[in-house]
Amino acid sequence: MQDNFHTLYDFLLHSEGTSYIVMGLVLVFLFCFWLFLTQRDED
Amino acid sequence: MSDQETGKGRSSLGPFHIITGLILLFGVFLTVYRFTQGLGPMTNLSHEYPWGLWIGFDLLCGVALAAGGFVTTAACYIFGLKKYHIAVRPAVLTAMLGYLLVVIALTYDVGRPWRLPYPFVVQSGTTSVLFEVALCVMIYLLTLIAEYSQVAFEWLRMSVARSMVMKVILFLTVLGVILSTMHQSSLGALYLIAPSKMHPLWYSAYIPVYFFVSSIVAGLSMVIVEMSLARRFMRRKMDEAHERGYEDVVLGFGKAAAFVLAGYVSLKVLGLAVENDWGYLVTGFGGLFLIELLGFFALPAYVFAVAARERRVGLVKWTALWAVLGIVLNRINVSLIAYNWNLSVGEHYFPGWMEFGLTIFIVTLGLVLYRYCVTRMPVLYEHPEYTDTH
Repeated sequence: MQDNFHTLYDFLLHSEGTSYIVMGLVLVFLFCFWLFLTQRDED
Repeated sequence: MSDQETGKGRSSLGPFHIITGLILLFGVFLTVYRFTQGLGPMTNLSHEYPWGLWIGFDLLCGVALAAGGFVTTAACYIFGLKKYHIAVRPAVLTAMLGYLLVVIALTYDVGRPWRLPYPFVVQSGTTSVLFEVALCVMIYLLTLIAEYSQVAFEWLRMSVARSMVMKVILFLTVLGVILSTMHQSSLGALYLIAPSKMHPLWYSAYIPVYFFVSSIVAGLSMVIVEMSLARRFMRRKMDEAHERGYEDVVLGFGKAAAFVLAGYVSLKVLGLAVENDWGYLVTGFGGLFLIELLGFFALPAYVFAVAARERRVGLVKWTALWAVLGIVLNRINVSLIAYNWNLSVGEHYFPGWMEFGLTIFIVTLGLVLYRYCVTRMPVLYEHPEYTDTH
């Protein structure tokens, strides 16, 4: 889709960089979601 | 003898029998037509679309929605969550019938059905994903039949045969989980061969992982839906233990589905990042992708979580149905809508009315078989001679 990558290196640098950021956000999201899901378990 | 065992209260000829009877009769006509006239006059399949509704719905959705079998047996026998034991038999029955109907649907879809055993004789071996799917589905169907046979043996009062099955039930469960992991993901891997035909938002190197994770959601949701329907329409067949344990199953499976769905959505977003497909989200197909991902996966994950937290059984039931529809939408998108997405409008496939008719026939056949088994065999109740022995 994007046509502003001139080399494969450009593309990989961009997509992998974004992936690492998304991975970090996903880990935080899943942890928070788990807390939300199990918060009332002991009640 | 209990009411459940004697079949007391079995209804006589009612609307269910009449409607299903008519559909089955029509299905027989379609069957004769299919095997005398061939695929051409009956379907809208073409060289561009050799796989149509029967693969997209009957096979892909059928296999995914039958995943409740391995999910429930794994929870009960491997993870030791015995409070879900009441869901094992209904789930295994649904899975067994699901796979049986998948194989029946395949005999209609394959041009020369007598060649169905060919993968085991003439094939490309380990380089063929289709061979792996064929082998796994065949072995898994046999495994499910073996797992379910304990119920049939109880019904037939064949104690020795039943106790032999019970001795290997853990082995069968482990085998079922391994086989399911393999072929649920392989069904997605079938599409890896067509990167130029599938829309980039649905095509991914991780599509086998998506298929496997979403099948767990499908299995959990389908068990909830199926148990709720059984409780609504077959309540006279349920014993007290099933009545008592119903809420635990619905809430527990709802909670599990919430977390697996959240994981699935996360994986899909991660897939977007890895493939750098963000730009496609602002196109028409992007709209459909977002409807599927947010409307049928992310939102149900949140609603499942809220319902499980607040112990709202009714909300979990409806959300399970919602998630099941999401799985169906995903499989249809992958196999039909996002497939050959770059063809011109006139070249796109839309199933013929007889294709829809046969799919309705197959689903109805499943319902009738399920009802037959549940009204006669100890599926929703414990057999009085075998209580506490499984």
